[in-house]
Amino acid sequence: MLTPASAISATGVTKTYGKNASLFTALDGISLDITQGESIAIVGKSGSGKSTLMHLLALLDRPTRGEIKVGGENAAKLSGKQLNSLRNREFGFVFQQFYLNGNSSVLENVILPLKIAGMHSRARKRRGLEVLAQVELEDKANSKARDLSGGQKQRAVIARALVNNPKIIFADEPTGNLDSATGAHIEDLLFTLNKEQGITLAIVTHDADLARRCNRELHLKDGRIQRETSGVRRRAPRGLQL
Amino acid sequence: MRLIDILATASANTFRSKLRTALTIIAIFIGAFTLTLTNGLGSGISSYIDKQVNNLGAKDVLLIRAANSAGSSSSSDAPKKYDPNKKVAAIGGFGESVTVLTDNDVTKIKKTAGIKSVQPSRNVSPDYIKGVSADKYQVAVSQFISGSNLDLAAGRAVDNNATANEAIIPVTYVSSLGYANSQAAIGKLATIGITDGFGQQHSVTATIVGVQQRTLAGGGNMITNPALLNSLYTEQEIGLPKAATNSYQLVSAKFDSHYSDSQITALKATLKQDGYNAQTVEDQIGTFKQVISGIIAVLDAFAVIALLAASFGIINTLLMSVQERTKEIGLMKAMGMSGGRIFLLFSTEAVILGFWGSFIGVVVAEVVGRIADHIVSTGFLKDLVGLQLLAFPLQSVVTIIVLVMVIAFVAGTLPAYRAARQNPIDSLRYE
Repeated sequence: MLTPASAISATGVTKTYGKNASLFTALDGISLDITQGESIAIVGKSGSGKSTLMHLLALLDRPTRGEIKVGGENAAKLSGKQLNSLRNREFGFVFQQFYLNGNSSVLENVILPLKIAGMHSRARKRRGLEVLAQVELEDKANSKARDLSGGQKQRAVIARALVNNPKIIFADEPTGNLDSATGAHIEDLLFTLNKEQGITLAIVTHDADLARRCNRELHLKDGRIQRETSGVRRRAPRGLQL
Repeated sequence: MRLIDILATASANTFRSKLRTALTIIAIFIGAFTLTLTNGLGSGISSYIDKQVNNLGAKDVLLIRAANSAGSSSSSDAPKKYDPNKKVAAIGGFGESVTVLTDNDVTKIKKTAGIKSVQPSRNVSPDYIKGVSADKYQVAVSQFISGSNLDLAAGRAVDNNATANEAIIPVTYVSSLGYANSQAAIGKLATIGITDGFGQQHSVTATIVGVQQRTLAGGGNMITNPALLNSLYTEQEIGLPKAATNSYQLVSAKFDSHYSDSQITALKATLKQDGYNAQTVEDQIGTFKQVISGIIAVLDAFAVIALLAASFGIINTLLMSVQERTKEIGLMKAMGMSGGRIFLLFSTEAVILGFWGSFIGVVVAEVVGRIADHIVSTGFLKDLVGLQLLAFPLQSVVTIIVLVMVIAFVAGTLPAYRAARQNPIDSLRYE
């Protein structure tokens, strides 16, 4: 059996803010390896450093110490332009707060990454409708984003994350703003993408149920990995408590 | 992001907050509107002045007077030594005197390199002019300078080579002399009365060949051909001593019409060394033009101040916009949009604001200008035929729009820079 290739790996990653007396260590020597096609949950209370870790893995920020490798390449050696292009082509982002432009149409919102990539208008429209169909939102393509319900908004956000055929989707509390039924629907959507298209999922959450559906759970506390659970409860029925 | 997408996105963003955008555009509009009007006024008046210069005389003519060296009004200067070749004519007034030119001077000027021909301007002071009506009217004459381009209401310019007496009368004389209109005066004979050295009045007749429009400068004189001037002079000269007849206040000299500005300047310098004060027609009216340009420059400065104030409006609008869209900027950066492109996006918004403000300003100024022009030219400036108070040459209109867009761009750099250097994480966390 082949060892699956590493999508993103972190070695001894430390992130500190401030200086001297006000020095604050958000992450302290984190090492992990996310393999292609897996789903990983980064779990922890607020202030545990889980969002910081996601930002570092998504190359939105640089670690104070340590090394992050994307596809085996040291991210610190990439130029700003290469970083931008990497995020644009290979990463997808799903945020708790949607970050949709309410005045624009759903389609316009969804194709924003393609617009940034410089794709031509017709091609990106075609691709946009394709992913909207995938999240069953094609009938809302021309509606204004502000007119969508919470669940529809999050589906639009997932469509936006999918539109550039990413290798990995970073999701920060993707169900945080949704009621449980809608949240479950969004989860199903994400895991279907993971299973059917092999898109790697990195999900930051404090929802234990959501975390449990992932291949691995990484529990953070005060910037350190407290424990890591993997595979065992992967197929456990939802709702089962520890 | 491709440039066309940046332009489209910026344009859409500009009108996201309609009221704020409208207010900013109004501020820019006021500046651009004022600048267009003052500029239009400037070009309108200077093109009118150029026309007047054409009216006054040809481009290849120097008007030469004796340098006013004698009888200086400056009390610290010692009196000038007597020079038998120089004549001083006291022209009334307290302490004023003018050196006049003699035949010797005329010969000397004629010999100056570059001068092609010289025409002394004789001082002729007729007593009156009379047309078909019974009344006589005071009149002043000036000689036609060949090559000058008169603004005529009717008829033609006088023929300098004609032996018959020809005159052009100012349009204001038409009805006084008893003619129905300008056209009716053409071809009619006018009688000019002149007094000789013995105090006896003679009359000379001349054909009216043209009627001149009222002009801003140099108008109001009857314009004669040499034949008429000479016959008037002949009458006036009777009984005067020889010395008195051979004096001219003004000599007009033609030079090579291909002369460049620097050659003309050199020629003037040469004449100055010889003791003559030479001016082109343009020099004479130049002072007037300078005053107008000065006033226009001050008005322009006010317009630019208005634009500067408006540019702070642009800065303010965009800063608010950047603030409001912090999350959006963060998202775009997370999705791989470079800081440079974000900068471009926001500065394009500034330029779009500048464009609309100036475009509307220019269009409205042009409409208002045309209406004002119409009112003025049929109103209190109706006599100045050919005056277009406000002119809007395409070039200056485009310059104004571009200038305002540049100002807007500069104003937009601060907010755009702020947007560009925003950290995507901080922006995404921003509440």
